[in-house]
Amino acid sequence: MPTPAQLLQGWLRRQLPGDAAGWLEAQAAVVGGAETDRALFLAISLVHRRIGKADLALSAADIAAAEATRPGWRPAGWSLDQAARIFLLLAAGGSPTRFAERLEQMFATADVGELIAFYRGLPLYPEQPRYIQRAGEGLRTNMKAVFEAVAHNNPYPAEQFDEHRWNQMVVKALFIGSTLYPIEGLERRWNPDLTHMLCDYAHERWAAGRTVSYELWRGVGPHADKAAVDDLARVLDNGGPVERQAAALALRESPHRDAASILGRDPDLAAAVHGGRISWDALAAKHSAPT
Amino acid sequence: MTYIDPHIHMLARTTTDYEAMAAAGIVAIIEPAFWIGQPRTSVGSYIDYLSTLVGWERFRAAQFGIRHYCSIGLNSKEANNERLAEEVMQILPRFLLKEGVVAVGEIGYDEQTPTEDKYFRAQLELAKELNMLVQIHTPHRDKKRGTSRSMDVCIEHKLAPDRVVVDHNNEETAQEVLDRGFWAGFTIYPGTKMGNERMVEIVRRYGSEHIFINSSADWGVSDPLAVPKTAQLMRERGIAEEHIRRVTYDNALKAFTAGGQMAESDWLSPPAIDQRTLFEGNSVLRGGQEPRIEGKRTKERMLIE
Repeated sequence: MPTPAQLLQGWLRRQLPGDAAGWLEAQAAVVGGAETDRALFLAISLVHRRIGKADLALSAADIAAAEATRPGWRPAGWSLDQAARIFLLLAAGGSPTRFAERLEQMFATADVGELIAFYRGLPLYPEQPRYIQRAGEGLRTNMKAVFEAVAHNNPYPAEQFDEHRWNQMVVKALFIGSTLYPIEGLERRWNPDLTHMLCDYAHERWAAGRTVSYELWRGVGPHADKAAVDDLARVLDNGGPVERQAAALALRESPHRDAASILGRDPDLAAAVHGGRISWDALAAKHSAPT
Repeated sequence: MTYIDPHIHMLARTTTDYEAMAAAGIVAIIEPAFWIGQPRTSVGSYIDYLSTLVGWERFRAAQFGIRHYCSIGLNSKEANNERLAEEVMQILPRFLLKEGVVAVGEIGYDEQTPTEDKYFRAQLELAKELNMLVQIHTPHRDKKRGTSRSMDVCIEHKLAPDRVVVDHNNEETAQEVLDRGFWAGFTIYPGTKMGNERMVEIVRRYGSEHIFINSSADWGVSDPLAVPKTAQLMRERGIAEEHIRRVTYDNALKAFTAGGQMAESDWLSPPAIDQRTLFEGNSVLRGGQEPRIEGKRTKERMLIE
């Protein structure tokens, strides 16, 4: 089975014009096993000039190959410069310690495009737990695109984050106006503390006369306590059309003993969620901007 | 009308400024690395400053649909701190090739000390090695001589005049800068640099070849709308539209695109990846809104003296 670096190399070679592909191959040869990191620093910075920023063109087979070689790796939506930068990082190689120290230095002087690329590459770096602090740093940013490079379409957070860090990430996604549905592992990592934080956040927004994203309720159903079920009832009774569908889905997913009877107050919505005519995926496709 | 402000220190400005700039038609800006008002004491704060120029500030501008570029360099004031200067020179190559870095700048002279001269020359060599443009800050004191000397040194280091922007010109320096074939930047900044009524007269006298204006707005009393306001004033005072266009957009574009890091397509048709990640608020992409600077408040304060 090809390695992630080999897949990236093949995709880039296929799509890039000859001179750009040649430049990239030459750089990969130079940076591999080099004594100092200077060549790598310069090559990574030059990528945007030499490779450009067109979308990386991938077929369904490519996506499947990525999944096979690194489960959870989602290169769909990457651009050529991102793919090339991650390819060069991997080509530079070295021991896991050396790799991590070098990458940390590069993060320190990265521009926006490099930050996004380096964070998207997280699932491909050796000795995965080494990057937990760095990924946490990516979540502390106020640059939405950088936050999303960590949080969206990336298996790293669900695999590596403890519950506290995970919960902070999910709530922050809502706080900065981002979306939840592209977060990998969302369903399997819901937890009572997160449910509590989400409901608190909804109350804070309501108190200020603001609305909340319908996606918030997705994290409330599975672990809803009495207070959370009451919140869902409130949304079902008073929310807008999309919020009410979300509340109905959350009630459907809630094991709480009151959930079924509350959902029963709206027979049409109840029938729709039971019949699968409303789903989180369908709501996301219809009401969330693509990322 | 759309405008470029090729010299402005946005790090010191607010989101209200960004909103007003976007509304007034500014589509692209260049932020030269400079002194932050308070001397830096270590290379670490310099690294973070330069990272901010290529990172956070670029993102911040993009939220308002404005394309942010920068120039990177060791400024003349801090060149006088030799220990710091040595360390900054070591890290500059790690920033100069980043995306959107259009020049080595702003560099040049402040007090025209030997140390300033040493690092000015070292950075001109760096520009030559990396095939980059140069953005020159001309000094406030002993300005005329400092400006001539800056150009002399560029020529001595074999830089082509049309790859060097000489900034903060005035009535005293304009003729020589233009005669020698350098780009002449004029800064509309109240009190210490050019007023915009004087700028109208400069354009009347010298025309619009090789001339462009900027605000150099920063942490001092300055005006981030200096470019659109001056354009409006020129219009009201009968300067032909083609001249206005050249000094507020075309010439800056021409001067800085020569470095290969800035192109009109960056804001007219940005790559899909940028649209997905950085340009949510782009008014150009969303069909555009009519630029406006004729609101009552700005009208009252149209003159910058």
